[in-house]
Amino acid sequence: MVPRVDAPTAIASPAPTIRPRPGRGLHRFANPGRFLRLSGALLPWLAAGGALLTAVGVVWGLFFAPADWQQGDAVRIMYVHVPAAWLASAGYLSLAVCSAVALVWRHPLADLAAAEISPVGAGFTAICLATGSLWGRPMWGAWWVWDARLTSVLVLFFLYLGHIALVRAFDNPERGYRAGAILALVGVVNLPIIKFSVDWWNTLHQPASISLFGAPTMYVSMLWPLLFTAFGYTLIFAALVVARTRAAVMERRIRALLMSKAERSGAPGA
Amino acid sequence: MTHLPFIAGAYAIALLIPAGYALAAARRLRVAKRRLAALEPRRRGFRQ
Repeated sequence: MVPRVDAPTAIASPAPTIRPRPGRGLHRFANPGRFLRLSGALLPWLAAGGALLTAVGVVWGLFFAPADWQQGDAVRIMYVHVPAAWLASAGYLSLAVCSAVALVWRHPLADLAAAEISPVGAGFTAICLATGSLWGRPMWGAWWVWDARLTSVLVLFFLYLGHIALVRAFDNPERGYRAGAILALVGVVNLPIIKFSVDWWNTLHQPASISLFGAPTMYVSMLWPLLFTAFGYTLIFAALVVARTRAAVMERRIRALLMSKAERSGAPGA
Repeated sequence: MTHLPFIAGAYAIALLIPAGYALAAARRLRVAKRRLAALEPRRRGFRQ
């Protein structure tokens, strides 16, 4: 098995390699040491900010936001369901961006980040599906309906699972990253289907109450706790991905050190 | 509060899954740092 070559090792390699110009573009962050320093400084702020905003949003949504005149208190499920749904899609978009960066520019950290985004994205998609089901049972009278929105989000969940499995399915990690990146880019077609499913088909799922360009159709006392949990969840998602990517960078370094140690000692199979 | 079991279940899932991920990530980071420190204790260019 050929280990992935880190930037410091590549400098020492006698073989001619195409190296990024130092200090330019995204490759400034390709240095594992620099990434670890930057992410180490950022991680506590992301985690603390995410926990604080989510806590405020959850308490506000559970105890202070008004009940809905039709849904009663079941509307409070929205304060965790909707942010999880947004992050399920946004997480997949970030996975696709990392995959594109890894495929096109061969950024050494992009494939590691993509491999760490998909388990977190799958978790948030599972939250979205489970909380939606818990809302649907009292409101629709069914845990699940094969509605266009629900089905397309279920497909998103399977895309995440497929990416997780594919990345880990090869002995050579490079091949796994490449196959996963292609799957991630193909799966992007599902994102507009999720977004516009409630407009294109006659669905049981309600259309969006908040859009980028129009005024929200929900009352402001319900909007604020939703925004708090949405921003809090976003920071938590980012913190989880950064923490996992830091661990992956260190693990790759550990593998490289163990390989070189085995080669120096002349171990068979090294 | 109406529909309390559904609301409690939804919030439990919404909080426990990220908390589980956070604990797993923290443990993975701790183990990786310890192993890396054991392998290259004197290296300064690869600080965590």
